Amino acid sequence: MTLTREPLYEDAPSNHWEALRRHAVGLFSAVGRCGRLAIESLACLPVTLARRDSRAAFMKQLYVAGIRTLPVITVVGLFTGMILGLQVGLALRRFNQESVFLGATVMLTLIREMGPFVTGICLSACVGSAMAAELGTMTVNDEVAALEIMSISPVRYLAAPRMGALLVMSPILAFYACVLGVVGGGIVGQTQLNVEFQQYMTSAMMMATVKDLFVGLFKAGIFGVVIGAVSCYQGFATRLGAVGVGRATQHSVIISFLLILMLGYMITRAFYLEFVL
Amino acid sequence: MIRFDNVVKRFDGRAVLDGVSFEIAKGEVLAVVGPSGTGKSVTLKHLVRLLTPTSGSVWLEDVEISAATGEELERIRERFGYLFQGGALLGWLTVAENVALPLREKTDLSPEEIDARVEEALKAVELTAAADRYPAEISGGMQKRAGLARAIVRRSDIILYDEPTSGLDPVTSVTINRLIRRLNRERGITSVVVTHDLQGALLFADRILMLKEGHVVETSTPEAFVHSTNKDVRDFLDAQFITESSFQQMKAEYEKKQ
Repeated sequence: MTLTREPLYEDAPSNHWEALRRHAVGLFSAVGRCGRLAIESLACLPVTLARRDSRAAFMKQLYVAGIRTLPVITVVGLFTGMILGLQVGLALRRFNQESVFLGATVMLTLIREMGPFVTGICLSACVGSAMAAELGTMTVNDEVAALEIMSISPVRYLAAPRMGALLVMSPILAFYACVLGVVGGGIVGQTQLNVEFQQYMTSAMMMATVKDLFVGLFKAGIFGVVIGAVSCYQGFATRLGAVGVGRATQHSVIISFLLILMLGYMITRAFYLEFVL
Repeated sequence: MIRFDNVVKRFDGRAVLDGVSFEIAKGEVLAVVGPSGTGKSVTLKHLVRLLTPTSGSVWLEDVEISAATGEELERIRERFGYLFQGGALLGWLTVAENVALPLREKTDLSPEEIDARVEEALKAVELTAAADRYPAEISGGMQKRAGLARAIVRRSDIILYDEPTSGLDPVTSVTINRLIRRLNRERGITSVVVTHDLQGALLFADRILMLKEGHVVETSTPEAFVHSTNKDVRDFLDAQFITESSFQQMKAEYEKKQ
């Protein structure tokens, strides 16, 4: 994939409608390029893993995406479970059903939706933004252009290790967030709602299925790829120096966040259609 | 060897290059000068297809660079070394690793051969002492020299320099200018140097090309350039206090020190 530094149009728009049309075309073009970047990065992954230097870069990105975000994911996962446990528990208490359904509700909500969602948000904020800023700075400093002139593909050399790391780490972190969230919900149940932890866990394990777990992990993997693709694309598309880097960082977080929400719904709709209809 | 054929490049409706044509001979050092924003760096970027002309074409021998893609573009780019304004070194690699990068990624050379080539390149730019340091730990001038080592390590026959002396002190600027000339003399490297340093350009270049508002206003040898009657050239020379006599004096000093 050749990265472009050129605008789609070289002349100024003749009127407002033309400007609007160009804006729409630019948007679709960006979506297409971002998608292509994701596909090409993932296609490059075997080559990346086969090379010693690139493997080292991939391991570094695994560390950045995984280990460095662990403290944030720990706090967010635990407190998401606690909040969920408290809110659901209070609602169920009105029907005297907290001991039966608290664990199941917290577990299902976390593994189906909240686990992948909060992981996606944390990765987008902690890792995606940093990726966009790093690649954006490299772009404006001509480091990406230097790679291109050396015939080293920036997609293989820079984007693939990052995208691969997010694809691998996102489901792992989502699972970790779910485990902590379930534990957090259990602690709240035990300490504030008088639901025995054993009973809470029995209820949790009773309702959740393997499909729920796999859909949740699949969703997290998709979120990882989306965050990687959006962040790398924004980084490579950075223009106008420091202002552009700031803008790329901001855009990467906003776009990732919106896509996580929209794709989250779509994946749920696709896998749980029988319950919707 | 390299030919710019009526190249027009527009950004947002504004012609940055407006019908630029010139040729560069093999083994020549061409300095591209002119006021800021006249398309000097844009010209350079067209040579490696970082930019594509709106109209016109750029040729390397019988291959059209401006239409090249894929493997053909890769083959063309292998013939070029490019020194960016800031050096464009990767921050997480040491100077030696940065220089070795194109060899590690694009050749089948053994680690020993790569080390030898890196050492040779660093020696050529007098930077062996900083081999194990990171770009952030060395000065701007050293970063540029490291960038130059990376540009020559592939033994490219054409090197493009984008403002090689901007932001550097006069002593380092002279060192870099001498290096450009030395590489050309010792290795026969064709060089295109975009610079604001007209004094330096007059000393190291075989020809000077001046751009103004996207047009070529003068292409001549340094001697002819200082004698030019073109108003834009005269203004440019006057702004840097260069007269015919001062040029002769500079040249004599330069040749004495060579």
